[in-house]
Amino acid sequence: MQLSNTDRRTFLKTTGQFLIGFNLFPLLNCSPAEKDPSIFHAYSGIPERPHGGRELIDSWIRLDAEGHVTVLTGKKELGQGIRTALIQIAADELEVDIQRCHIINGDTGQTANEGYTSGSNSIEGSGKAIREAAAEAKLFLLQLASTKLECSLEDLNLSDGTIKGLRNKKTSYWELLDGQYYEKTISGEAPILDHKRHQYVGKPIPRADILELVKGKAHFVQDLRFPDIVHARVLHPPTYGARLLSIDKVKVEALPGVLGLFVDGSFIAVIAEREFQAVKAWEKLKEATIWEKPTINPLPDRLFADMRSKDQKPEIIEENKNTTSQINQSPIRLKSTYERPYHMHGSAGPSCALAKWEDEKLTVWSPTQGVYPLQSTLADLFQVELTNIRCIGVPGSGCYGHNGADDVSAEAALIAKAFPEKTIRLQWMREDEHQWEPYGSAMIMELEAGINKEGMIQAWDSKIWSDSHSTRPRGDAGHFISARHLENPFEFKKGGFSGGAYRNAIPLYDIPVLNLKLFNYDGPLRSSALRGLGAYANIFALESFIDELAEASDMDPFTFRINNLKDERAIAVLEELKSKTNWNAMGRSGNKGYGIAFAKYKNTAAYFALMAEVEKDPLEKAFRLTRMVGVIEAGQCINPDGIINQTEGGMIQSASWTLMEAVKYDEHGVLSKDWNSYPIMRTNDIPEVQVYVINRPDLPPLGAGEAAQGPVAAAIANAVFDCTGTRIRELPITAEKIYW
Amino acid sequence: MKKPLELRVNGAVKTVEVDPEEPLLYVLREEFGLNGPKYGCGLHQCGSCLVLVDGEASYTCRIPCASFEGKKIQSIEGLSNGDKLHVLQEAFFEAQAAQCGYCVNGMMVAALELLEGNPNPNEQEIRSALNRVICRCGTHSRFIKAVKKAASSTSNL
Ligand code: FES
Ligand code: FES
Repeated sequence: MQLSNTDRRTFLKTTGQFLIGFNLFPLLNCSPAEKDPSIFHAYSGIPERPHGGRELIDSWIRLDAEGHVTVLTGKKELGQGIRTALIQIAADELEVDIQRCHIINGDTGQTANEGYTSGSNSIEGSGKAIREAAAEAKLFLLQLASTKLECSLEDLNLSDGTIKGLRNKKTSYWELLDGQYYEKTISGEAPILDHKRHQYVGKPIPRADILELVKGKAHFVQDLRFPDIVHARVLHPPTYGARLLSIDKVKVEALPGVLGLFVDGSFIAVIAEREFQAVKAWEKLKEATIWEKPTINPLPDRLFADMRSKDQKPEIIEENKNTTSQINQSPIRLKSTYERPYHMHGSAGPSCALAKWEDEKLTVWSPTQGVYPLQSTLADLFQVELTNIRCIGVPGSGCYGHNGADDVSAEAALIAKAFPEKTIRLQWMREDEHQWEPYGSAMIMELEAGINKEGMIQAWDSKIWSDSHSTRPRGDAGHFISARHLENPFEFKKGGFSGGAYRNAIPLYDIPVLNLKLFNYDGPLRSSALRGLGAYANIFALESFIDELAEASDMDPFTFRINNLKDERAIAVLEELKSKTNWNAMGRSGNKGYGIAFAKYKNTAAYFALMAEVEKDPLEKAFRLTRMVGVIEAGQCINPDGIINQTEGGMIQSASWTLMEAVKYDEHGVLSKDWNSYPIMRTNDIPEVQVYVINRPDLPPLGAGEAAQGPVAAAIANAVFDCTGTRIRELPITAEKIYW
Repeated sequence: MKKPLELRVNGAVKTVEVDPEEPLLYVLREEFGLNGPKYGCGLHQCGSCLVLVDGEASYTCRIPCASFEGKKIQSIEGLSNGDKLHVLQEAFFEAQAAQCGYCVNGMMVAALELLEGNPNPNEQEIRSALNRVICRCGTHSRFIKAVKKAASSTSNL
C-alpha cells in the first residue's frame, strides 16, 4: 500500500493533477521528496500544504485516487501510541482497511493547530475531530455515489471504499474522487458509525512504529540527517541567573573541526563538523569561561518552611462558610500535611532539535509537544512573521510534559540564525537536560476533614502551596531559557499559576461542604508541567488521607471509599479492583502489606484504581514494592494494549518518583546532573504490574495517559503503612523514614 | 589527527578516516549511518549506546573507536536477515515492548548478550541483564516479557 519515493515522484509527474480529495488551497509546491530525510520513508503520498481551518474535512482526512487515506493531526506522537489510535478511529469511520491509512502529525506546514499534546486530551480532542471528519467525508462520498449509481443512499453497500448500488453497478471512494477537488466543512451532522460495527476500535492493533524501532530504523529527531548538517553544543550557565564575565574564544576556535562560536550575552554555542568535535569544544568551553554566579535560595532544608512563611493571599478555589464549623462538629476529625519534592522528567535521550535559516525563513525539526505554540514563541524571539517559520514535529525521547524539547528547539534556531544556510543539529548533554529542564514543582498539601460515626465525610478543607505547573512557551520568548541569557534578554513573566497546581485537589467523593485554597509560591528551581501536574501530589495527599480517615473510622479502605462515592463508574472500578485482587481473601499476616488508591484524573478523564503490595525485611530495615494491580476505565477504549502499555508505564514511572526521587541542589546549583546523582527505578527494582481495562464502548473515550501517576503514590504510602505502621507523608517514601 | 581505521560492523569491513580518540558511538552514527546505538548520557550510566562487541554488550559513548579495531561489532540493525526478523525483534514487536522507544536499542543489546550465554534465563537473570539500561517510560515489564518470549522461542527451535 505504500508508495516508495521513486514511485511517488513518477506518480506526481505523470498524473499532473495528483491531489484529489477535499481540497481548499491551491497546491503549494510538491512535497520535497528529494530533500526528505530518510526518516520520512513512510507513506508521503500527499503534497504538503497548510491546513485550511479546523472546520474543513481535509484538515483531518485526505483521500487520493490511489486508494490511500491520510489522517492529519496536530497532536504529537510521544510514545503514547496516538498515531495508531487515530488511524483506528479513521479506518473504522470510513469503513476502510486500516492498511490504507497513514498519518501526519504535528507540522505547522500541514496540520491543524491543536495547541499542546498534553493533559491526556488527544483522543478526546483530535480523535473526535477525525471521527467527525471521516464520517462527513464518508457521507459526502456516498451521496456522490448515489447520484452516480442512480439509486438511493439506503441502497448503497460499502466495503473498504468500494460502493455497490443496484443492478451490480459499483464505484469506489477513489474513483469518485478522481481528478476532483471538493471543499467541504464538517457539519457535525453526519451519522457516527455504531460502535458495534467497529473493526479496529477496541482491538489491540499493534503499533507499526515498534517494528521500525526494533530494526534500528531512523525514528527520532536525533536520527535526522541532512547533507549540510553541522553539530552544535550549547554551554549553559553553571547555575540559574549566572552571567558570563569573560570567555577565551581562541582556545576553543583552535580545536579541530570547530566551525564557529556564537556568543550573545551569556548564551554560548559552538558548531563543529562532527558531533564529537562539538562535544570536545563544549568541554573546553567550561574551562574557557568565567561566570558571575548568584546563589540559590532557599536550600532544601528550608524549602517547605519558606513556602509556608511567604505571607501571601491565597487563591480561593472553593469555599463554603460552613466548612470549618462542620469539621469542628464532626465526631472524628483529622488533619495531615503532605509534601512532595521537585521531580524531574528525566528523558532517557537528552533533547535534540535541528534548525535551518534559509532565505529569511526558519525551519525547525523539533520534538516539542506543540508545534504551533513553538512557532509563535519563535516568532516573538526573532520578531518575524509566523509565516516565516515552520515547525515540523518529529518524535523525540519520551518527554512526559515540558522537558528540554522547546528550549533545545529555540537554541538550535538561535544558532541557525548565526550560521545560516546550514542545518544545525543540537543535542543537549546529559547534564543540560538534568540541570536545565523545568521540574515538577515541590508542593505542600494540608488536609483536614470531619467524618460522622457512620464513616461518611461531612466536610473537607484543603490548602495547597505550589509553584507553577505550566511555564510552557505560548508566544512569549522569555519562556525559552536561552532567551533570558541573551545580551538583550527577554523577560520571563511567569504569569498564570494555572489550575495545574490544584488539579484533582477536589475529591470526587460526595462531600457536603468543602474549602480549597491555593498559595502560589515562587520557588528556587525552574518548574513546569510534569505528567499529571499537581494531580500527582494532590492525589497522593488526598488518597493517603482517605486511608487515614478509613483507619480512624475503623473501616476497610474499599468500603470507606465506596460508601463515600456516588459516581457509579468510580464504584465499578473499585469493585473490579477488589475482585481482581481477591482483596477479602488476601493473607494479612507476615511481612506483606497492601494499600489501595483511586482517582478520576482531572475529575473529568479516566478512572483508575490501584492496589500496591509491599514486602518488608525488618532485619535489613528495608522494604520492596513487589506488585501493583491497576484497573482503568477510559470510556470507549480505542486500543486496549495501548492503554495498558501507557498505564503500566505510568505506574512504574510514578513508583520511581514516589520511592526514589527528589531533585538535589545546593546554593551553587542543581546537583542532580546525571543518573548517579538522580537515580531512577531500573529493571531490578520494578514490581510485577498488572492492568485491567474496563471498556465502555457506548461512551465517549476519555484521556488515560496520566491517570496512574497520583494513585500509585498514595497506594504505596498506604501499603507501607499497612505493612510497617509508619505513615509517610513526605515523598519520597524511603526505608529511612520508617520506624522499624 | 585523523587516521584510517578498519572497523567490522554488522559483518561488513569498512575503512574510515577518523580521529582514533573519537568514541565509537559517533563513528557508528556518522560513518556507518546507524540509528540503534544512541547518546543518552555519555557516562556509562544509561546503556542507550550499547552494541555487541565480540558477543559482549559494550558501551560506546566514551571508549575510543581505535580500541574496537579487529573486533566484531554488531548492532540491532544487523539482526534481521532481509525481511526475516530475528527472534528477539519478533518478541519485542509481539510484546509491543516500547513506548517512546529510546531505550529499546540498549534493552535489546543487553538481552542479546544474556541469551547468547544463557539461552534459558530465569526472571532474575533477565532483570539483572537489563538493569544497566535506563528506561524512563516504565516499559520494563514488557522488556522482561519480551526476553522471556525470545528465550522460549529459541529453545523451541
Ligand atoms: S550513552 Fe553510553 S551509557 Fe549512556
Ligand atoms: S520506552 Fe521510552 S525510555 Fe524506554
